[in-house]
Amino acid sequence: MKAQPIDIRQLACERDQRELFEGVSLRLEPGDVLQVAGPNGSGKTSLLRILAGLLPAASGDVLYADASVFGGPGRDTWRQRRLYIGHAPAVKGALTAEENLSWLCALSQPVSRELIWQALQMVGLRGFEDVPCDHLSAGQQRRVALARLYLEAHPVWILDEPFTAIDRTGVATLEAHVLAHAASGGIVVLTTHHSLEHLPGLRCLDLGQVA
Amino acid sequence: MLQIVWLLFTREWRLAWRRPGQLLNPLVFFAIVISLFPLAVGPEPGMLRTMAPGVIWVAALLATLLSLDGLFRSDYEDGSLEQWVLSPHPLALMVLVKVLHHWLVCGLALVLLSPLFGLMLSLPSRVLPVLALTLLLGTPVLSLLGAVGAALTVGLKSGGVLLALLILPLYIPVLILGTGAVEASVQGLPVTGYALWLACLAVLSLSLAPVAIAAGLRIGVSE
Repeated sequence: MKAQPIDIRQLACERDQRELFEGVSLRLEPGDVLQVAGPNGSGKTSLLRILAGLLPAASGDVLYADASVFGGPGRDTWRQRRLYIGHAPAVKGALTAEENLSWLCALSQPVSRELIWQALQMVGLRGFEDVPCDHLSAGQQRRVALARLYLEAHPVWILDEPFTAIDRTGVATLEAHVLAHAASGGIVVLTTHHSLEHLPGLRCLDLGQVA
Repeated sequence: MLQIVWLLFTREWRLAWRRPGQLLNPLVFFAIVISLFPLAVGPEPGMLRTMAPGVIWVAALLATLLSLDGLFRSDYEDGSLEQWVLSPHPLALMVLVKVLHHWLVCGLALVLLSPLFGLMLSLPSRVLPVLALTLLLGTPVLSLLGAVGAALTVGLKSGGVLLALLILPLYIPVLILGTGAVEASVQGLPVTGYALWLACLAVLSLSLAPVAIAAGLRIGVSE
């Protein structure tokens, strides 16, 4: 599924009566990869949470396919189009990798067991399908969460620090997957402290300079 | 819609059975409180019989409250709750399933055990069905109302005391009706009125509490 353009208009964010950023405006077209950069506490995660619809914006608007994602029919469309993977990976320690993924995908669209096994193979967790996730390392748990990128057909990805605790080859595979998603008409917004300059067509929003 | 309900139910079921300690805590608490009372106040049947309705109901109420504090906390901390809020499925339906599952593994066990504890406190055997019936109608109300408090305090590091302060005033009508019914039954009076009021509260909380829980969780997640 191809993404529609995302229009961010004069977005501002306030936390605890402190202004994190204001006047963030930009337009994302299908095929864009946007890296949100900035020092710690500059509001990267807040911006992503506002985009995902978890946090109310202090002012401004975000439009997807020319409809506001903060209310009305635009919000319903947006809920089915964007995939948000936050800082906390939403992986339950008591459940196996397969059970975790089957539930997380069912929240939007149930997927078959075979597809889950394939996705786990793609993120390098073949053989760990039925191991409870609290027996996995931090990097492996993060990989379980990221396996959703191979399973769910959302055109817009919002990823908060997706590369945390992932080893170098894993990061390279993920970068390739992100690029492939963008090339097929998707939009990716991510924060990371990894250097992504070698990615072709990468756009960067530095919140340290906006504030 | 039915599929998501079923999948959520199986998920909760697995989570509960892989951490059986959390299931047993409220039951053990219930059993300890009730078995300590005869030791403390003496084994005289007349006195125990007068106290039994109140003791059993207060123990059930506190056991429920104790188990509800952590109802949403682990889902909040590992980010699962964010995914629930972001899902296109109605959040109120999902929390209703979660709370009802919690009641099935915790509240229903209290209901099933209550006749045994009633006998321990020398309640006459004709009162035991009434005790179980009032608990059957009352414990879902306790779970649903408590879940509203648990949702509102989900983002707080130690919300336990605050949860109790928020929710105990709302528990008082259930407590009065429940103990009133059992006391009436001990004296041989009709209990239909009490039971109907309890059923009324159960229907009311079943229909309104999920909306309040969902709203509370949305606030908690957006902190």
